[in-house]
Amino acid sequence: MKLKIKYFGILAEITQCNEETLEFTKTSVSELLDVLFEKYPELKDKELNVAQNNEIISKDTFLSTSEIALLPPFSGG
Amino acid sequence: MRFLPSQEYMTRYSRHILLPEVGQKGQDKLTRAKVLVIGAGGLGCPVLQYLAAAGVGTIGIVDFDVVEVSNLQRQILFGTSSLGMNKAVAAKSRLEDLNPTISINAYPEKLTATNALALFKSYDVIVDGTDNFESRYLINDAAIITNRPVVYGAIYKFEGQVSVFNYQGGPSYRCLFPTPPKEGSVANCSEVGVLGVLPGIIGSMQANEVIKIMLGFATVLSGKLLCYNAKTSETVTLTLAKSASEIEKVLAQKDTFENLAFETLCLSPVVEISAEESLQLENIQFIDVREFDEKPIVELTNCIQIPLGKLEQNLKHFYSEEMKIIFCQTGIRSKTAIEILQKYNIKNCYTLTGGVLAIIEQLKIKM
Repeated sequence: MKLKIKYFGILAEITQCNEETLEFTKTSVSELLDVLFEKYPELKDKELNVAQNNEIISKDTFLSTSEIALLPPFSGG
Repeated sequence: MRFLPSQEYMTRYSRHILLPEVGQKGQDKLTRAKVLVIGAGGLGCPVLQYLAAAGVGTIGIVDFDVVEVSNLQRQILFGTSSLGMNKAVAAKSRLEDLNPTISINAYPEKLTATNALALFKSYDVIVDGTDNFESRYLINDAAIITNRPVVYGAIYKFEGQVSVFNYQGGPSYRCLFPTPPKEGSVANCSEVGVLGVLPGIIGSMQANEVIKIMLGFATVLSGKLLCYNAKTSETVTLTLAKSASEIEKVLAQKDTFENLAFETLCLSPVVEISAEESLQLENIQFIDVREFDEKPIVELTNCIQIPLGKLEQNLKHFYSEEMKIIFCQTGIRSKTAIEILQKYNIKNCYTLTGGVLAIIEQLKIKM
C-alpha cells in the first residue's frame, strides 16, 4: 500500500522533508519503522511516537490507513 | 462564599462578563482559581500575562533563573530594567502592575521532588512552561500524585505541542512519552534557536486551556496533542490514549517520591571502568549480563550472572549501595544494561570496557 508519512520536529530535519509517500508491503508499525531506520539511520536514535489517522498508536499496531505521522518529544520552553 | 463585585471588577473584566459563556459567574470562577506556572520563560511569560490579565485570583511562579539579554527576543514580561533579576520576581513585579487586584506568589527556586508535592497541593492547575525533560517528568509525576491537571506546552524551533494532561482521569505525559529521552538527544532553544513568536502562540494556547478548565468547558484539550507549525501555519491534532500502567508506576512511587532523583532521569552518560581498575577495587559487585551458556567463563568471587533480557525482573540485586561493575562479552550489552537501570533510577553502576575478554587478559597479567 501507499503510505503518506508526515515528520515533525527534528525527524523532518533528518528526513529533509515534512512528508513523503512510500510504497510499503509490510503491515505493522515496527516493520514500517525498520524500513525507515534503514532509509534514515539517524532516526534510530530518536525517541518518537507514531500516529495513524491522527491517532497515536503503539509500535505493535497493524497499519490500516495510509496517513502516518512520526513525532518526537520537544523539551523547549 | 458570596463575592461582591466592585465597580472596578465589573469594568476591568467587562469584556469577559459580556460573553454569555463566561459572564460574571465565570469571572468569579477565575477569581477563585489558583494556578501555578512553572518556568517564566518563553512559554511562561505569555501564560502569566494572559492569566493575570484575565483575573486568575492566585498565581504562583516558579523559576530559579535570571533574566538575560538573549531572553528578551521572546520573554515578553521582561525589559532591559529586568536584566539580572530573578525571573519569578521580575515577572511578579510586571504582573502586579498589569493587575494589582490579584495575588501573585514568586518562588525564586528550582522545582524539585522535595518541594513539588507541597507546592502543587496549594494550586488547582499546574502549567508546564519548562525547558527540559527533567522538569517535565517531575511535573507530570508530581501532578499524578497530587491529582492536578497539567497544561503542557513545548517548543522546538518553529514547532510547538500543547496538551492537557492528567485531567479528569485522562492521559498523562508518560502515556505519550513513557521514558525520558537520553540527555543531549533532544536539543533545547539555547542550542538550536527558536522563533520568538512561537512560544507566544503556544503559551497563549496554554493560557486558553487553563481558562477553559477553570470555566468548566467540556472541550478541554485532554487526550489530544495539538501540534503547530509556525512555518506552514498548519495545526494537527492527534488523539492519544491513556496508559493505566504508566500512571500506576508513578503512583507506586508516591511514598518515596521526595527521594527520587529526577536530575538523573534523563540518563546521564554511561560511565566506563577498565578491567585493571575494577580488579583493584574492594566492596564491589560484578554483574555478568551474558547468557548462561556464553563462554569464556570467568572466575570472580563477587560476581552474579543476570542475562540482559532478565535484568528488569532482577532489579532487587541492584538496590544495595555498593558499586556495581557490569560486563558482557565486549562491553556493548553492559552499556544497554546501565541505560535500563538508569530508567529505574539505579545509580552507582559502571560498564566494564572491553567486557569479559578484558578481565581475562587482566587476570593473566596478574598471574
